[in-house]
This record gives sequence, structure tokens and C-alpha cells, in this order.
Amino acid sequence: MQTVEEMILKHPFWSGLNPQYFPLLQGCATSERFEAGQLIFQEGQEADHFFLIQTGQVRLYAFVPGRGSVTIQTVSAGAALGWSWLFPPYHWHFSAQANEVTELMAFDAKFLRDTSEANHDFGYELIKRVSSMLLQRLQETRLLLVDFYGFPR
Amino acid sequence: MLPKEFRVRRVRRETPDTFTVEIEAANGDQAFGFAPGQFNMLYAFGVGEIAISISGDPQAKSLMHTTRVVGTVTKGLGKLRPGDALGVRGPFGSSWPIERAAGCDVVVVAGGIGLAPLRGALYHLVSCRKELRRLVLLYGVRSPQDILYRRDLERWRNGGLQTFVTVDRATGSWLGHVGVVTSLIPHAPFDPVNAVVMVCGPEIMMRYTMLALQKRGVSEERIFLSMERNMKCAVGFCGHCQFGPEFICKDGPVFCYDRIKNWLGIREL
Repeated sequence: MQTVEEMILKHPFWSGLNPQYFPLLQGCATSERFEAGQLIFQEGQEADHFFLIQTGQVRLYAFVPGRGSVTIQTVSAGAALGWSWLFPPYHWHFSAQANEVTELMAFDAKFLRDTSEANHDFGYELIKRVSSMLLQRLQETRLLLVDFYGFPR
Repeated sequence: MLPKEFRVRRVRRETPDTFTVEIEAANGDQAFGFAPGQFNMLYAFGVGEIAISISGDPQAKSLMHTTRVVGTVTKGLGKLRPGDALGVRGPFGSSWPIERAAGCDVVVVAGGIGLAPLRGALYHLVSCRKELRRLVLLYGVRSPQDILYRRDLERWRNGGLQTFVTVDRATGSWLGHVGVVTSLIPHAPFDPVNAVVMVCGPEIMMRYTMLALQKRGVSEERIFLSMERNMKCAVGFCGHCQFGPEFICKDGPVFCYDRIKNWLGIREL
């Protein structure tokens, strides 16, 4: 079984990070395991953790009256989960549930925000990575809007 | 150039708007060799002729073509019943680079009905699975009901194909991936340096798939894609399918990405 330190070192999200920040990350991270179907966070709750997926798959969903829970996107091993923890009011916009047995690294969100304020170099490294994730998700969402698999009629 | 007479053996409904027509030579001749990725011109008598990729097993005795009802000819083909006649010219065009796959990670990326032109390649690749390193299929569709060849997918999975299917909209009890097929590429299990990638789908899907593959580190000469244009003569005479300096029917439909990349973003083409 991998230690939290090993997980941080190997996760693609932190690829290229100055090693001086690893102890800092290690100090605010825990390893968590969710069974299939288990709720990870719920829409409206305080977004107090930032998650990186080690193994498994997570579905993000919204509850739609009359339709039940509608899956918006799935996020798999190697990816980051959630950004509501970084922006006020720090509440989750959607809910997340493990689709299968899922192992996550959970980072204390307030600690990451406070450390970023105090240490802008670290904050820049963090924001660069979160921005990259945001850009990727935005582009994927835009591609959904253009009907990616529709051949011309 | 003259069509040969074939007879419909079976028509299988794959999805609400997609069907596979299985045909065999009317004279009983079983020698119809083709390479995965090639296409035939199917002639619905009294209606018209259309280019459709061959989507069956190259080792099988009958020919299969999967298409979606999009116009008069495909509507005519969809009305065919077992025993009905149709004309066939072919096979035409280039094929998937199966010969380059040995010893490599092979990644097949399909979008929607784009799985059909790749099906023959998948049959072949699964049959020679031991000669490959990894064999991965990344397949994106609008919804679970649009997934083609479910039985084949299961069989190929058992034959060593790592299959990742993603949908735009999760419906029913779908518990798989949700998102566009490009979202699977960053974490898919393959070595970009040693991979051969085969891509087929709508052009917009292929354009963004190229970007995702290059971001992952796959070089242009290792990426192959199947193009679609309005093919009429199928032998490079009429010019309907001209794509830059290439004719899709004669020089394609399967191209190496580095050969056609300059033409992909040009609107007029």
C-alpha cells in the first residue's frame, strides 16, 4: 500500500511541482476510501476538501426534480475532483458519488487557501494546476454543446 | 466499375437510427477479400448509390455494412429485406495500418457510428492480440442506447481489448463514463511513445482527438484517421471527394494524420 507521500509524488496533478512543497502537502492530506455508491460530497455542503483520485471513478451529479439524480460527468483515476473549495462561498455546486470502489487523496481546503495567500509561489503553482483542470473541463463541456458525434445530414 | 449483384442475408437494427445490412454475392461466390477500413459502393436499385465502409470481419463469408438513415439511399437500404438484391462495387480505398501494430500499444478511438469502419480492424487486432502490447478502445456516443455492437464489445473485452465507453448523457442505469471521448485520452492506459492510434468519427471529434493525443505525446506519424466525404465514382475520376491534393476515395479513406493535418482546419474543404 502506498503512503500519502508516495501518492502525492506520483499523482499527475502535482507533476513538475518543486519538491520543497511536498512536506507541506503531505501535512494536510489524508487517504480516503469510498465504496461503490457512497457519497463523497453533496451539493450545498461546505467544500472543505480538495480531492485527487487515486483509483476508481466518481460521478458528479445534480438532483433534478422529476428526473432524479442526473450525472453531469464522471472523473477517473489520475484526475482532480472539484474546485468549489477554492472560490467563495466554498460550497459544492454538485454532488459526488463513487461509481466503484474509489481511493482519494483529500487535502484540507482551508489550509491550501491560507498557504496560497501566505506563499504566492506555492499559490501560483496550485492555481496553475487548478486552472488547467478548469480549462480542460470547460473545453469538454463546450464540445458536448456542439454534438460531438453528430455526422452531417 | 460495374456493380455486382448481391443479396441481403440479414438486416440488423443496431440502434434506433442505425442498422447493419449483411449481404452475400448472388452467384454464391465467397471470394470478396477486403482490408479493414476499406469501403464499398452500395447501389439500392432504383434509388441510388452510396459509399459505406465495410464493417464486418474480414474472415467472414458475408459482407456487413453499418449505416445511419440520413438520406434517400440509406433510407432505401434500410427498407431492404432478406433476399432482396442490391449492387456492390468495391472494395475501394486504403486500410488501417494493421501491419504497424505488432509490438505496439494499439489505441482505437471511435465516436458514434465511427466505430463501424473500425470494426474490421478490431476483429483482426483481437484475433492477433498476443502480437500486440496493449489494445485499448476509447468509444464515445451520445447516450447508452447509441452504443453499437454490444455483443462484439463483450466478446472483444474477453479477448483482451481494454474497453472504455463514454456517453454524453447518462440515461437509465448507466454507471460508466460520462463526458466526451477526448476526456478519456489523458488517463487511458497506453504508452504514447510506442502507440499506434486509429481514429474514426465525425470530423470535429477527430480534430479535438488529434489535439488530445498530441497533448498526451503521441507523434503525428503514429496517428491514423478515416475521412468521410461525398464519394461518387470511388476511383478518383469525378473529384467529388477531393480533399486538398488528395482524393478520399482513392488515397484514403484512411490517412496518416501527418499527411492531411494541413487540410483539416480549412472550412472550404
